[in-house]
Amino acid sequence: MLNAEKVVPTTCPYCGVGCNLELHVRDEFIYKVTSPFDSVVNHGNLCVKGRFGYDFIYNKERVTVPLIRKQPQTPGQRTQAFDRSAWREVSWDEALDYTADRLVEIYQRDGSKAMAVYCCAKATNEDNYLLQKFFRAVFRTNNVDHCTRLCHAASVVALQMAIGSAAMSNTAAEVSDCDVFILTGSNPTENHPIIALQMKAAVQKHGAKLIVVDPRRIEMVNYATLYLPIRPGSDVPVFSAMAHVIFKENLYNRQFIEERTENFEAFATSMEKFTPEFAEQISGVDRGLIIEAARMYATAHNGAIFWALGIPESTHGTANALSLINLALLTGHVGRKGTGLNPLRGQNNVQGASDSGAMPWHYPGYQAVDNEENARRWEEAWHIEPGGLNRQRGLTTTEILAAVHPGGVRALYIMGENPMMSEPNLNHTRKKMQELEFLVAQDLFINESGAFADVFLPAASWAEKEGTFTNTDRRVQRVRQVIPPRGQSRPDWEIICDLAKRVERRLNRPNSAYWDYHHPAEILEEMGRYVPDYAGIRYDRIEKVGLQTPVPTPDHPGTPYLYGERFPRGRAKFHPLEYIPNAEMPDEEYPLILSTGRVLEHWHGGTLTRHSWMDDLFPEALMDIHPADAARLGIHDGSPVRVTSRRGSIVLRAKVTTKTNIGVVFIPFHFREAAANLLTTDALDPQAKIPEYKAAVVRVTPASEEELTAVFESQPRGRY
Amino acid sequence: MSETIRLTIDQQTVEVPAGSTILQAAQQAGIQIPTICYHDHCTANGLCRICGVEVEGTRTLQPACVVQVRDGMVIHTRSERVIRSRRTILEMLASSVDLSESPEIQAMIQEYSSDLYRFPDAEARRPTVIDDNPMYIRDYAKCILCWRCVQVCAEDAQYTYAINFSGRGYETQISTFYEIPMPESTCVFCGQCVGVCPTGALKPKRQWLLEMGYSPDEIMSLTRSQRQRRKRREEISANPS
Amino acid sequence: MSDLDLSPLLHRLESYHSRGRTSLLPALHDAQQIYGYIPRVAAEAVGQALNVPLAEIYGVIEFYSLFYSQPVGKTVIHVCNDPACALAGSETLFKQIRFQQEAAPTGNSSSSLTIEMAPCLGLCEHAPAVLVQGQPVARADRQTWQDLVSGRGERPSSLLGGTVSILTANCGLGHTVELSEYLDLGGYQALRKALQTPPRQIIEEIKAAGLVGRGGAAFPTGLKWEAAANAPGSVKYVVCNADEAEPGTFKDRVLMEDDPHSILEGIIIAGYAIGAQKGYVYIRGEYLLPYQAMKKAVEDAREAGFLGNNILDTDFNFDIEIRRGAGAYICGEETALFESIEGKRGFPRLKPPFPTTHGLFGKPTVINNVETLANVPVIIRKGAAHYRKLGTEKSPGSKLFCLSGDVVRPGLYEVPFGIPFHHLLYDLAGGVRPGHHLQAALFGGAAGAFATPDHLNVRLTFEDLKEAGLPLGSGVITVFDETRDLRDICLRLARFFAEESCGKCYPCQMGTQRQFEILERIARGEVQQEDWERLQDVGWTMTDSSLCGLGQTAASAILSAMKHFPHLFQPI
Repeated sequence: MLNAEKVVPTTCPYCGVGCNLELHVRDEFIYKVTSPFDSVVNHGNLCVKGRFGYDFIYNKERVTVPLIRKQPQTPGQRTQAFDRSAWREVSWDEALDYTADRLVEIYQRDGSKAMAVYCCAKATNEDNYLLQKFFRAVFRTNNVDHCTRLCHAASVVALQMAIGSAAMSNTAAEVSDCDVFILTGSNPTENHPIIALQMKAAVQKHGAKLIVVDPRRIEMVNYATLYLPIRPGSDVPVFSAMAHVIFKENLYNRQFIEERTENFEAFATSMEKFTPEFAEQISGVDRGLIIEAARMYATAHNGAIFWALGIPESTHGTANALSLINLALLTGHVGRKGTGLNPLRGQNNVQGASDSGAMPWHYPGYQAVDNEENARRWEEAWHIEPGGLNRQRGLTTTEILAAVHPGGVRALYIMGENPMMSEPNLNHTRKKMQELEFLVAQDLFINESGAFADVFLPAASWAEKEGTFTNTDRRVQRVRQVIPPRGQSRPDWEIICDLAKRVERRLNRPNSAYWDYHHPAEILEEMGRYVPDYAGIRYDRIEKVGLQTPVPTPDHPGTPYLYGERFPRGRAKFHPLEYIPNAEMPDEEYPLILSTGRVLEHWHGGTLTRHSWMDDLFPEALMDIHPADAARLGIHDGSPVRVTSRRGSIVLRAKVTTKTNIGVVFIPFHFREAAANLLTTDALDPQAKIPEYKAAVVRVTPASEEELTAVFESQPRGRY
Repeated sequence: MSETIRLTIDQQTVEVPAGSTILQAAQQAGIQIPTICYHDHCTANGLCRICGVEVEGTRTLQPACVVQVRDGMVIHTRSERVIRSRRTILEMLASSVDLSESPEIQAMIQEYSSDLYRFPDAEARRPTVIDDNPMYIRDYAKCILCWRCVQVCAEDAQYTYAINFSGRGYETQISTFYEIPMPESTCVFCGQCVGVCPTGALKPKRQWLLEMGYSPDEIMSLTRSQRQRRKRREEISANPS
Repeated sequence: MSDLDLSPLLHRLESYHSRGRTSLLPALHDAQQIYGYIPRVAAEAVGQALNVPLAEIYGVIEFYSLFYSQPVGKTVIHVCNDPACALAGSETLFKQIRFQQEAAPTGNSSSSLTIEMAPCLGLCEHAPAVLVQGQPVARADRQTWQDLVSGRGERPSSLLGGTVSILTANCGLGHTVELSEYLDLGGYQALRKALQTPPRQIIEEIKAAGLVGRGGAAFPTGLKWEAAANAPGSVKYVVCNADEAEPGTFKDRVLMEDDPHSILEGIIIAGYAIGAQKGYVYIRGEYLLPYQAMKKAVEDAREAGFLGNNILDTDFNFDIEIRRGAGAYICGEETALFESIEGKRGFPRLKPPFPTTHGLFGKPTVINNVETLANVPVIIRKGAAHYRKLGTEKSPGSKLFCLSGDVVRPGLYEVPFGIPFHHLLYDLAGGVRPGHHLQAALFGGAAGAFATPDHLNVRLTFEDLKEAGLPLGSGVITVFDETRDLRDICLRLARFFAEESCGKCYPCQMGTQRQFEILERIARGEVQQEDWERLQDVGWTMTDSSLCGLGQTAASAILSAMKHFPHLFQPI
């Protein structure tokens, strides 16, 4: 029997649930993870990733020494180097000086617009705050974004338009207080496993009724009272038809509408056309089901809506999210315990990275960059001459890559992210990456994006540094160092500070923006001085239990649910809506709709989980296809198929399952050897700039085993 | 029914909220009652009976973890009958399963002066270790059938229902459907079961390997070779020639 | 296995689909009937049809000894291994069948044979008892091998005796009493009368009659009915416990095989009295013939309007479903029986709550033994006062006793409560087999206690037996003459419990096994000084600490043997 040398409490680095962990360590080896049963977040429950998925830390392929490419890379000729022989091991000084030299060279030549950075929703609040501070304060650019653009951007935009804030309004665990909840565009059993447990318990133990609206027959359908199997992209018609019914049947909350909302008339008029018949025609959902769902939600005592990326990842993602917000406002199912508008955030710290200003249009705390007062405040915070900060909105992730060309973005700094897996239309992304003049990768592994880099800065993993994550229900929780950084790797915040000082020296900046932190606690305190929602958060307050933002003062207990009294914008605003079809609709050539997403065993681009034993559980990409479609196309369970869109083609095995509906196929995007994002479209939502990951049209044809293996070989070997 | 209940535990008068169990009432009074199968996180089933206490007016010992207090109850937590039952249950347990990784039960064995070798005829349960997945191992020679793993796999947490029982009586063992390997079952490897296992019957595979003397480096290398083996298998199945 | 034709199973599963998990045991019986065992793919199909998690289906298959997850022979033979049959040489019989099987040329039909030792088959008066493909064979020791294997053996006939025939009035006719016959004999008149009476009054009548449960626990039936009638809720159930499996007991089998309608009539009256809409009869899996008789009786009764909607033109609606167990003694425990009907492993539940408020499917439920329910029409037809003319004040009416073992005329005896034991044994049953005398008699079956010749004068009533430290139980009396090795008998009882313990609570799960192991050595004559205390500790721990009645009585016979025959458990 093994006794732990120490057991360290910390927060899970995978999804937005933010489960509390206890890491059991011996000889710097984390051999076991438990969770305290009194945890308010997860009550001792974990999923496979949280309990077993941390061995990537020790993976032999992890890079723990700074690296510089042996072969100098030039724009247009840039190549991917997975193999360590293409890299030279260097000292930190050499790596950072080299990086500083190159960044300064480009900045001094081409100015702010040439500089861009991808922050990271996996890194801590402190890391993200510092990285955006670095690019804003030192390079004077707002070209700062992270993967929230690729997930909930449209939810955030819609919530800001309608309510003036952008987070889950309620605590996930409050689902047990609902009597009716809608789950749409979300597959929590795989993507938010612990919230799924709470939802199952809400149905099984607390008698809640669940309405699932989803193009996939997800596991939660087994717990649903109603299941509305919609066609991808028909969200606005279906939810607006529900509003239509609620309106026609007088089931709306007149008092709430009068007291707390505006623009109801215009909205009501726009709902006229969304009859259940119309919605049925577009969505394929029986009108009776739509009517029943409308009545069930409207007449609930406590109704809540939970959604994930099926709503925002669309060219009309903002409208999709608004259709949900409209429903909640119409029925008054917001601002109370057990109700709410709850976008389930994907990454462990996507909420925190957004809060910390890792976004092109906002300083930390969602303070618009094009607002003079805000800019002045941050100039003061960072010791910058008045007018020094850039007042122009920066570019979003997808726009940054699109702007890579002479006269556009020349230098890109990537902390932790992997656009070469996560961006849509990867063939296009590849071209853009090749055109960069200078690329910095700061990560644990040389992933598909880092392989393009000039310099690789080895970062410490989450178990090797201190900091905080903010989970999906706005709870700021501690991340603790459990083991020393492996090899020469360093915490992200330290790397950033070290590099920023070197850059400042080269730029002869008279005032330093300040990089002499001794501990991440000081970073969070600095942010809290200028971000009211974080003003009351101190490390010593969250040693045991995290606090839910807003926490405006040091004695404020945190905020389990929002909008009890008022909405941040005063009155919540109804938005009239129109039906807009997807950018691509099925046709004879591309008859099937491809939806992408995650599976339980893997995480996003796979940088972590494919370097974990987790990969043994789910070793290869599989395409879900309905038995009827499979039969029609002559495809058997497990047989290879070629999937082709207007942008690319991949070969992988089919999984014949009723989990997906007729006409829709699903491919997870974790697998480089069959990268789903080679197929997806880079058409964007006009307001939120989010790509349409959930609806590309494709053609599926049987392939041979040879093609499957051929694909394996033609791709670069390994990711290392 | 009144909001508070008055009862007597070991000559001590205790007042507790209605609906409390005897175990909770005793805890409040600072009286220790041992438990084995009971876990705050799981539905109590009263399986191990180690928490049995004597309640005046009842024929059999009452499991404190589930029996609710009633007004005027008179309870003896350390009577002769109670002690005999506890000692014997521990002796039978020690003769049935490997308790080497159950420090709490070992402490009870000390406390009740149980004789570890009381039953020389005993046929212990000694199934071999099941190592059928990359996440955790199942060593049912250490399983005391507390049911926690089955419960958290079902309604107590996960609603996955990957495990249930095979056999019955003394031959009961936790099992998948037709004893299939875990990856073929509905298991999602959440490890809730590992989290509630009190005896080391379920443990993370890396911990198990570490205990078997592998160094962390060796363990991580093992992974890679396992991967390569798997990859070879896949290639062979892809190209049968 | 993948080329298994699932269509016949899927066809049968259609009818269960809407009812879900409660149909699990019936569906598994179907699968086994079709395929001879339950193949994995069949279990998967059942899981899909009934929406039951697969691991739990396997758990259920594994719990019940009559379900096989692996292929078995075309013919399955069960040989009873418990005391009464052991006295009649069942062990020799088992060995003979085994020998014949091994000697049979391969390819012969007999090569496809599975022979198993079984717990008491409820055919003790026909010992040694054997089931061939579920069909009972009387006096198997006297049959030819070929007759036995081909199932041509004669059907055992009811052996009846006693001084009154009230409950057994229609029994022993050599056939099952059909509905028309039952009506001619005055059947369903009690129901007709009951339906003209307010339900409360029926409960009062049962209370006035002083009827107590005949399953072993002797709980006043009227109080049970009253509690269920008073329990809140509109959905209620009556369950007839026909899981007769106590070694030595066969009374319910005879009642069900010979006179099923009298039991149905009792159930319907109970349903009316407590306001239930549905009744279940749960019959042990080994009782194929009683199952068939009861099933037919229900169909006939439904056809004739004694079941269904608007029974006898009243607004009373009630129906009965017959369920089969699948080889688990524990399912005679009332809450385990509920679990089994609900499609689960037969684990007894914690009590409280009690069945009268939280019974089958969590609803208020009255659960009565077959014999108890058979008393109901008698009481209603003639009134409580008339019923009380037999028996004693505290034990009114008549009682069925199952006599077996070393007795001249084994069989089912109906006598008024209050006759002395010696009267039953010597005057009615012809005494101990010729040339021998009484050594001991086991009262109450495996969960019972031993009587000695000193007990011959005890009057057979609840109160007298209690005073003598003997359980009446379900009316079992197994007789042992002076030649019998009581250590062997104790070993068989211990083995029975070790095999039938459900494994839920620790004292019984491990205690039955430890008790068996110790007695196995003692039966070999290797007694150790420490055995006495070991058996006492294990026995009393089970008695004091077990969760249900099975564990609480699993040491009862052994402890009584230790009391009356201490030398057997001590080193020489």
